Amino acid sequence: MTVPVRITVNGRPVERDVEPRLLLVHFIRVFAEQTGTKIGCDTSQCGACTVLIDGVSAKSCTTLAVQADGSSVTTIEGLSDGEQLHPLQESFWNKHGLQCGFCTPGMILASHELLRTNASPSEAEIRHGLEGNMCRCTGYQNIVRAVRDAAETMATAK
Amino acid sequence: MFAANFEYHRAGSVAEARQLLAAHPGAKLLAGGHSLIPLLKLRLAAPEAVIDIGRIGELRGISNGGGALRIGALTTHAEIASSDAVKSGAAALAEAAGLIGDPAVRNRGTIGGNVAHADPASDLPTVLIALDATFTVNSPDGERSVSAADFFQGMMATALGEHDILTAVNVPAGGGGSAYVKFSHPASRYAVVGAAASLTVAGGTCTSASVAVGGATAVPARCASVEAALAGQALSADVIAAAAAAAGGDLGDDLLGDVFASGDYRRAVTPVYVQRALAAAAERAG
Ligand SMILES: Cc1cc2nc3c(=O)[nH]c(=O)nc-3n(C[C@H](O)[C@H](O)[C@H](O)COP(=O)(O)OP(=O)(O)OC[C@H]3O[C@@H](n4cnc5c(N)ncnc54)[C@H](O)[C@@H]3O)c2cc1C
Ligand code: FES
Ligand code: FES
Repeated sequence: MTVPVRITVNGRPVERDVEPRLLLVHFIRVFAEQTGTKIGCDTSQCGACTVLIDGVSAKSCTTLAVQADGSSVTTIEGLSDGEQLHPLQESFWNKHGLQCGFCTPGMILASHELLRTNASPSEAEIRHGLEGNMCRCTGYQNIVRAVRDAAETMATAK
Repeated sequence: MFAANFEYHRAGSVAEARQLLAAHPGAKLLAGGHSLIPLLKLRLAAPEAVIDIGRIGELRGISNGGGALRIGALTTHAEIASSDAVKSGAAALAEAAGLIGDPAVRNRGTIGGNVAHADPASDLPTVLIALDATFTVNSPDGERSVSAADFFQGMMATALGEHDILTAVNVPAGGGGSAYVKFSHPASRYAVVGAAASLTVAGGTCTSASVAVGGATAVPARCASVEAALAGQALSADVIAAAAAAAGGDLGDDLLGDVFASGDYRRAVTPVYVQRALAAAAERAG
């Protein structure tokens, strides 16, 4: 059995007939050809696959493509405005919030979710908000700094 | 990881979900998918058909009436944690929902899926037992109401039959104060031990107490001896500590244990979490 699915990925509608078991992360990487979203654990634990579905964060390895039918998905590629990086991307770069970069797309979208729900988080709130995202390299210190830096930039831009 | 293939049907209403369940014996309902999809991927579940109820609007949302909150089965953990009605009427539930997993899990996971799955390490069953919630079930021969005490029957076993659809969870709202405190597993963030307490206080004296502990047993345990030790007492820190000390004995003989925490360990830490939950609930009860 296949099911017709239409998902708008980073502003571009992608239509495919998919097997119901197809995961959203595979739809994004294979059919929408946006490979910024990573598969880390594939068991809902690490957050590398985090994307926004209609603006709200979700683990795309634990979501079926059919569940996202009709939705708009934003991945790391869709966060920048052309050449203009999103403040979170700028801050992760400037504050060295990454080393190998594998966790970074998911980490940035989880940070986006945090700032959507709390524009000025404390350090403890940042750590709590990023609880679902694992980083094997940085030790998190610079990630926390990056998120705080982005929150400040976004507050002054308003 | 890929699940085994299954047929997919999307229900637009409870009535349609009911028809689909009748037409596809053995089908699994899909709500947020945050318990079912991992099982499908590990092939621990391989149903022939999956019926997606995730878009049924009538199953979503929180309303307040007649001294109780009616929480639609599809209401997400994030919606419950941020609801003013839940925070003021059933603080322990908002607290527990906000401690589930991580933000992305809370955005997709639903209260209905959480209780229907009935994982012993889940947070919501413990709170719903302590708050004396009732469950509204749509079954082939009409609607019925099931108490929390009857709903949870064993490890991943509930009163829901194969053709039942949980439509709402009803939580008495009001009166006293309640709280939920948990020892999270550091990796999965599920409860190793979670304690829920609900207290009513009049003139400084505890008029009723209900306490439940989850994570340590197949079904969350009501702590009858803790409750009895509090009723009629002035709630000082010493009284709470003395009452909580009995909580380990309320867990029975069959404790869950694993490489992370043995049954004995869970029993030993239980009074600490019960005490914290009681202290927070007492403060809220005023
Ligand atoms: C990484 C991770 C961490 C987690 N941490 C926690 C935690 O700390 N604490 C905690 O409590 N939970 C935790 N969970 C579980 C989470 O709360 C799940 O979302 C929840 O248990 C299931 O809800 P769901 O809507 O996703 O249900 P689904 O996965 O869609 O369904 C689960 C089961 O319930 C059945 N079902 C669903 N809705 C209904 C209904 N209305 N009527 C009848 N049957 C129904 C389904 O058929 C299925 O068998 C975690 C999950 C993940 C992936
Ligand atoms: S790949 Fe999805 S949570 Fe790890
Ligand atoms: S930068 Fe390597 S995992 Fe985070």
